[in-house]
Order: sequence, then structure tokens, then C-alpha cells
Amino acid sequence: MTQPSANTVHDVVIIGSGAGGGTVTKVLADLGISVLLMEAGPMLALADLKEHMAPYHVPHRGAGAKGEAYTGGRTGFSYSATYGGAQLEGEPYTVAPGSDFSWFRSRILGGRTNHYGRVTLRFADYDFKGKSIDGLGFDWPITYDDMKPYYDKAERFIGMVGTVENIRSAPDGIFQPPAALRAHDVLVQRSCAKMGIRAVPARQAVITQATNGRPPCHYCGQCGRGCVAASNYAASYVQIFPAMKTGRVQVLANAMARELIADETGKVKAVSYVDKTTGSERQVRCRTVVLAASCCESTRLLLNSKSSRHPQGLANSSGVVGKYLMDTVGSSLSAYVPALSGMPRYNSDGYSNHLYVPWWGWDKQQALGFPRGYHIEVGGGYGMPNLGSFTGIVNRAEGYGVKMKQAIRDEYGTTVNLSGRGEMIPNEKSFCEIDPDVKDRWGIPVLRFHWGWSDHELNQVRHMQETFRGILEGMGGRVNAGGGRGGGAGQADPATTPRVPISRGGAIIHEVGTVRMGNDSKTSPLNKFCQAHEVKNLFVADGAPFVTNPDKNPTHTIIALAWRTAEYLAEEMRKGNV
Amino acid sequence: MSDISRRDAVRRLAMMLASTGALDAVGARTIHAMTAEAQAASGGTYTPKTFTAAQYRLLERLTDLIIPVEDGKPGALAAGCAAWIDMISSENDRLKSIYTTGFAWLDQTIKAKGAVDFVSATPAQQTALLDQIAYRRNQSDELAPGIEFFGWVRRMTVDAFYTSEIGFKDIDYRGNTHLGAYPSPVASIDYAVKRAGL
Repeated sequence: MTQPSANTVHDVVIIGSGAGGGTVTKVLADLGISVLLMEAGPMLALADLKEHMAPYHVPHRGAGAKGEAYTGGRTGFSYSATYGGAQLEGEPYTVAPGSDFSWFRSRILGGRTNHYGRVTLRFADYDFKGKSIDGLGFDWPITYDDMKPYYDKAERFIGMVGTVENIRSAPDGIFQPPAALRAHDVLVQRSCAKMGIRAVPARQAVITQATNGRPPCHYCGQCGRGCVAASNYAASYVQIFPAMKTGRVQVLANAMARELIADETGKVKAVSYVDKTTGSERQVRCRTVVLAASCCESTRLLLNSKSSRHPQGLANSSGVVGKYLMDTVGSSLSAYVPALSGMPRYNSDGYSNHLYVPWWGWDKQQALGFPRGYHIEVGGGYGMPNLGSFTGIVNRAEGYGVKMKQAIRDEYGTTVNLSGRGEMIPNEKSFCEIDPDVKDRWGIPVLRFHWGWSDHELNQVRHMQETFRGILEGMGGRVNAGGGRGGGAGQADPATTPRVPISRGGAIIHEVGTVRMGNDSKTSPLNKFCQAHEVKNLFVADGAPFVTNPDKNPTHTIIALAWRTAEYLAEEMRKGNV
Repeated sequence: MSDISRRDAVRRLAMMLASTGALDAVGARTIHAMTAEAQAASGGTYTPKTFTAAQYRLLERLTDLIIPVEDGKPGALAAGCAAWIDMISSENDRLKSIYTTGFAWLDQTIKAKGAVDFVSATPAQQTALLDQIAYRRNQSDELAPGIEFFGWVRRMTVDAFYTSEIGFKDIDYRGNTHLGAYPSPVASIDYAVKRAGL
């Protein structure tokens, strides 16, 4: 790709093309503003998405080159086109002794949105005011009413499925009709009802009606591997490709940002980067910059942008950049459900989730023994056979021959899995900083992570496990021992991981909070419009501005917040303030 | 669809995606039809990359015992499980060593029971040995290498079989296809709800 001229001053440089960067690109382009969009990975070639392939269409069938799925090394996904993982060649990070943290990164236009779970949940009104309610953590400088118009805009443009339910923990949105529930969904829903818990159709960024030129979902069930038809959300094919047609978007791919360069007035005047195709050092000049490189990459950029004027890094005289790192609390439990054995076979693929259980205990907090809450995601059905799909059954059944095959047949589609996704309270033990000794392949200092769960999260996981057991046994399920930690980014280290089945830090891939917003510049790097208090032409539009991490998967709020930030930026540009 | 027309179709779809950023329903259906058809015409005989001819025959026999022909339905041999295991092992020294050590153990152990080697042993001799090493409850110092090896070959044979087109049919997988709507699986729901007493 031709590199942009070092003399051109771009109105807006956006660093990162995921949910935040994609949204800012789309909103600004629609408002007539030209942007330069930098992405550390390559352009996405839609025809490369492989979601319709079966394992037998690729020689390794997902085992990875050299059979890594069996003997270790980089795990799987080789035909899933995820373009990312915790281990990226030449791009290390470090974890402090006694901590356990996994950092999944994606280097591709659209980032992690190309393959994420499409769970699309609005924050509840109380989610913005946690500290005022129970004294823990911090309050947001904005309210649900500030965010509602932007949730509306995002849902209208992107499209999502769901149903109006009037549940306080799960505000209703602008919904397209969801797909029918599957058999295991119905069992979970009825078992929950016996316990007085409501389970409702899942809210997913999947369209069932043609929307903005995109055809409705065709129910192939492979959302986690991309969508060649663009019937679910990814920043790449829903926002950036259409925005490119306005002629106001220049994509600079394979550009690894190194540092933001400030002028004598303290404003960002340029972004230095490595052109990964040649390894050369380059700069682009900018009037404004939007950081959307993912929570921790944006943090790393700010901390690496040191100068005599900004000795702790840019926008960081508060010293809070990197602090209060949060992930989602994950835990799961599965069961063999005999009622599903021998059931008339059907195509259970549909789309990622058809049912979910919103949090039900917001008004019984005192009795629960932990603060805040969680929602439950439901897994089951006759998934596409993959490597390892039947390893568990075979290990239990043992033997060989027709009898072993019969065990596989009997158990296929009979497992129901419940995954909890809960709120973590921000704490002093969980943060990231620049490692003083380690640099990546381009000489850019890397992040060092510190991590610790508190009793709040461990108690929450105990409650999850009891609840899951009740739901699964309520449908006649025989619970599999142990419970799972959930999340996909590598194996937990038993030395640093608690005994309750809680996810590793970072494993749910919902890291947020390290460049938070707030009204006080002494305790928050960003103001309530995600604009740096100290650097007026610097905005952050990924998960980093989050003040807390409620039990709502963050992507929807990243999009809505980025939408709001982009409109504010455009207005400030119009007024000549930035 | 021939290779050339498939390439043309892919190019057409890619252009559609590049120009509109999206694919219509017909396009999505075409992709599914094409991928379903792809590689249907492979076949022919496989030349082992890793194992000797004798080792490969032994591997084929093991996979055949693990997933045999069942009521006329093709098993591991037709699904090419041995070829896949050989191909993966050819790129992975640890797997190669697990298999070659395991083959030697099987031949040696069955020789002690009066056979020449595993492949030429009678089916009764072969299954007698498998009946010992296919279960963890038979764990002993003597059988430990066999039990561990059989765990590997069983796991990878099952993987290879069910990720093949033959395996997809055998397990009756019906998904990853194009549907115009997602109907409620009423008969299945009725069955499950009744059996769960819900």
C-alpha cells in the first residue's frame, strides 16, 4: 500500500479498526469528515472467511500446522480465520510473578469483531451508578439517558435480534424478530421458570431482516468464524467497507502505531508507526487523533508516548492510565441431559445464541453474598463435528468398535452448557504498565500485566455454580464434575489460579477500564466525552474509557460510546475547538 | 462445478463483496453449494509420508477395529483415517514417535502370545489384546504403554472419522447450511420436554 505523505495533515487519525474505530470511521464519514484509519494487521479479504467450510475442506481439519492441536503450541483456529490469539509472533507481553493474565489480540481489519460472540446487551440504568448504590468501585460520569440515543442509533444501523421484556437489568432496544428457540433452549427456559428465573430470547448483533443492503441471516451457525454474507456485525463489513465508499476513508493497513507525538502546546501533532510491510519508521500528521487500538493497546500507546512535558506518558498526569484493568468474570458448568438422547434430529445451528438469562437479582443484593450480578449464556445442540468434539464421550465410554460408536451417537447433542458472565469490581491489584526490559520485534516496549480476583468475584462464581447446577438438574441433567473456567485463551496456571472455577484474567476477552472517563482530571484521564482532560485533540473510543465492567458484554457499549464520542468530536471540530 | 467455473464463481462473489460490502442470499447459497461440493472428487490411493508400509498397514487395521463398517455404513478405512494420522504425524516428531513406539509395542506384545505380528494375527488375537488396552481399569506396569498408545490412536481415529464427509453423514450432522428461515423444531421440543417432565 502507498504510505500517506508525511506532509499531509489529516483531520482525524483513528488508530484501530474494531468496534470503536469502525464506529468512529462510519459516523465521521457520514458527517462528511475525512479520516485516516490505521490498522496494525492486514486488510480483511471477505472471500477469505471460511465459516462455510467443513473440517474436511482443509488438510489439517483444524489441527493447525504440525498438529499443534495435539501436542501444544499455538492452538487451533487455523481454518476459522480469527487472525489472532494470545501468542503473536514477535509481539510478547509479560505477566508479573504471582499474576495470571492472558491477552488475546487480533491483527486484521475489524479486529476481534470479525469473530466475537455477537452478544449485544445494553447497560442497565443502575450499571452507571454502582458506587452510589453499594459503595464499591466508581460511578460513571454519564447516565443511561445519556447513552440511550446512541444504543438506539447503533441498533437501528447494525440491527439486532431480541424481544421486548421490560426487565430492569436488561433494557429493551430496537429489535428484529429472533429465531425460534432450540430444544435445549426450551428445557433451560422451563427449568429456570421452576426456579423463578426468566430466560428470554438472546440479544445478538444478527439480522433476520434485510438491513442497509445486508441480507438476513441464513442460519449456518458459524458466527464465530466470520460472516461472508455480513448478516451479523463486524466493524469491517458492516461499518468500514460501506464507509470507504464515501471516498472519505483512507485505510492504512499493516501500520503498527509506536507513539503519539505532542507539540509544544501539548496537543498530538503526529502518530509515529512502523510500516510492517517494509519495517520502516514513518509518521502521519493529524489535527485530532482517536485511540481505538483495544483497551490495553491504547493504554500501551499512551504510556509509551513519553516526553519531558509528559514524563508519565501522554494524558497521564493522574497516573491512572493502566490502572483498574477489568475483565468479565467467567465460569461454566455442563451436564449430560438424558431427555435429549434419541430426540428427533434437526438442524440446531441457527445463530450463535438463541436464549439467555438476564440478571435477576438486582433487588436482592444483600441476600446474595456478593455485589452486582451476572447473566447466563446457553450452549447445546448438534454442533458441527470438529477435532475433539467427541473426545470427552470416548474417554468416558472407552472401548472401541460399534459399541463406542453407539456411545458417541447416544450422547451427541445431549450436552447443555451454561456460562456465567459477571461483573468484576475494579481493584488495585489488577493493572498494566510498561515492562522496563522487554520490547517487541519493532523495539516498542511491551505491557506487563498484574492481576488478582477478589472475594467479590470468587463468591459470585460460587453462586453461579449453585445456580447452574439447579437449572441443569431441574431438567434431569447429570452434571459433569468440576465446572469450567470458560474462555478460550490458553490454559490456566494452577499455581496462580483460584480453586473455584473462575476464568483466568483476560480469558473472556472483555478487558476494559485502563483509560477511564470521569469528571475529575486528577482521577480520570478522560472527560465524559472520552476526550483527554489534558490533551484536547485526543479521544479514546475502545473499551479503555469504561469506568466499570457490568455483566453486559462490552461490545455494544463500546459501539454506542464511540458513536457518541464521534458526534462530539465532529461538533467540536465544527466549532473550531479542536 | 468444474475448477475453472468455481474459480470464476469465487471471483464473482469476491467482486460482489468488494463493491457492495455484502453478499445477497443467492450468493450465500452459492458459497454453501460450492464448499459442499469441493474436494468431493479426491480419493485414489494414499502413499504414506511417515510410516513404513508395514506400519501403515498396522495403523489401517487399528483404525478399522476402532471404527469398523457398521451395517454396511463405511468406517475408518473408507474415511481415510490412517492417511490423515500419517499426514499429521509427518509434521510432528512427537506424534511420529508415539505411533512408531506404539506399533512396536503391539507387535512385540502379540508376538509373545504366539502371533507373528499384529497385522497377521487372527482377529480374535487382535481384539483380545485391544480388550485389555482399551480400558483404563486394566492399568498395569506391563500394559501401561499399550493403554496410553491406544488412547492416542482411538482419539485421533475418532477425530479423523467424524471430521470427514463420511463421518458427517454417519452422525447425521445437518447444520452449516443455508436456510431461508429458522423454524421451531416442534417435534424435537415435544420429545425433550416430555422426557424431562417439564
